[in-house]
Amino acid sequence: MIEVRHLTKSFGSQRILDNVDLQIESGESAVIIGRSGGGKSVLLKHLIALLKPDSGEVLVDGESIIPMNERQLLRVREKFGMVFQGAALFDSMTVEENVAFPLMRKKNFTQAEMDRRVAAALDMVDLPGTQKKKPAELSGGMRKRVGLARAIIYEPRIILYDEPTTGLDPIMSDSIDKLIIRVRDQLKVTSVVVTHDMRSARRVGNHVFMLHNKRIHASGPPEEIFASQDPIVRQFIDGVADEKETIL
Amino acid sequence: MNFLASTWVGIWLTGLGRIAMLTRETVLSLFTFKARWRDLLYQMYFIGIKSQSVVIVTGAFTGMVLGAQTYFQFHKVKMDTATLAVVSVSMCDELGPVLTALMVAGRVGAAIAAEIGTMRVTEQIDALRTLATHPVDYLVVPRLLAAHAALPLLTLEAIAVGIGSCYVVGVYLLGIDPAFLWDNALKYTHDVDIVIGFSKAFIFGGIIAMISCYKGMTCPMGAEGVGKATTEAVVYSSITILISNFFLTLIIGKLVGLL
Repeated sequence: MIEVRHLTKSFGSQRILDNVDLQIESGESAVIIGRSGGGKSVLLKHLIALLKPDSGEVLVDGESIIPMNERQLLRVREKFGMVFQGAALFDSMTVEENVAFPLMRKKNFTQAEMDRRVAAALDMVDLPGTQKKKPAELSGGMRKRVGLARAIIYEPRIILYDEPTTGLDPIMSDSIDKLIIRVRDQLKVTSVVVTHDMRSARRVGNHVFMLHNKRIHASGPPEEIFASQDPIVRQFIDGVADEKETIL
Repeated sequence: MNFLASTWVGIWLTGLGRIAMLTRETVLSLFTFKARWRDLLYQMYFIGIKSQSVVIVTGAFTGMVLGAQTYFQFHKVKMDTATLAVVSVSMCDELGPVLTALMVAGRVGAAIAAEIGTMRVTEQIDALRTLATHPVDYLVVPRLLAAHAALPLLTLEAIAVGIGSCYVVGVYLLGIDPAFLWDNALKYTHDVDIVIGFSKAFIFGGIIAMISCYKGMTCPMGAEGVGKATTEAVVYSSITILISNFFLTLIIGKLVGLL
């Protein structure tokens, strides 16, 4: 279980998150929605302690991770896998080396075992036979799939997705959504997806949190959120710009 | 205090503090040796083997120029055969380690800062952390160990090439008697000169690796940030090498009884 309590974060004088509270149960598929630049990715990075808050707490399985130093966090992070917006593949390595990276660091895997696991992970993300390719040879969607294969190869219990469908065409977005659902169902992981893609949020989530004005403005099952009559939620779901935000 | 923090003194002190923290983390990691041999060997290849051409050219032409200049002055007082001795001691104590370090700072320091800076900008360092890998274990330790190992060897190469090229210029171009030239070089170059050169090179290797890794890991976001980090890595490494060389000369001189 992940619990965020009274989380506040500023960059310089600009406050990004203000007293955010949320709770994600084990096995849940949580989606955090909100406007671009609204602090969704910042919130996601706090869940794995890539960022430290100004105040507040993040608890993973009841353990507060904020006071931990970088070495203590290594143990906690073994529970997590993360798929980055730009995939964040190591560009000096092949796909195979990228996916096998977490296993290579553990040192207790034979080469044959690593090869088998890499092939299985790449099969799961529908990219068999791409082991020898370099990240530069892959499309955006393929890179995100390799990022997901890297995140699932060591069987984490929680997977964080930072805007997994941003910048992809609708068909590729659909295939990434299906992949997130497949990974969730087959590996029984807790998923936390940050997105502003409403179609994706509706499909992959069983709990939606809407971040607005630096706080969680609304939360609940997707059906409830998407049927909400709250003007802010409605405006975001319907994608209607304010008058002052209309360019022409 | 806030006013001080925004001045250049404050920024400089903050930077020093951060690099000290990075050094502490690196030393801790060294004791647990989390680096992989494969990463270490690759860095030794990159820093050591790939820097050879630039170090050989630097050593050769420094030895030749210094030999010619020394000869021009010594010839006036009929001390031609002391030319190689002067070049030998200069190359071992000062020019070998300093010029090698400056050349490596330009080639390797820039590459380290650019590579790590790009990794930071493209979230690859964050990805490392999410994969339960400490960036210092994976990025800094192999580079530091490789630089510590490679710099003394490269310096030895530069010294040997510098002395050799001075000998060739002295004997075949300037017509100095080879037997006396060589005999004087051996007579005035002592083991302690080699030790001084090696010690300096070892320390310079650490300076280049730590400053370049630090600049990469704290690189500002964007392409401009990577460029700035790369430039600063080379400039700060070079200046630190030159300043620390003076103090190292005094300290090592005192330790080996030259002072």
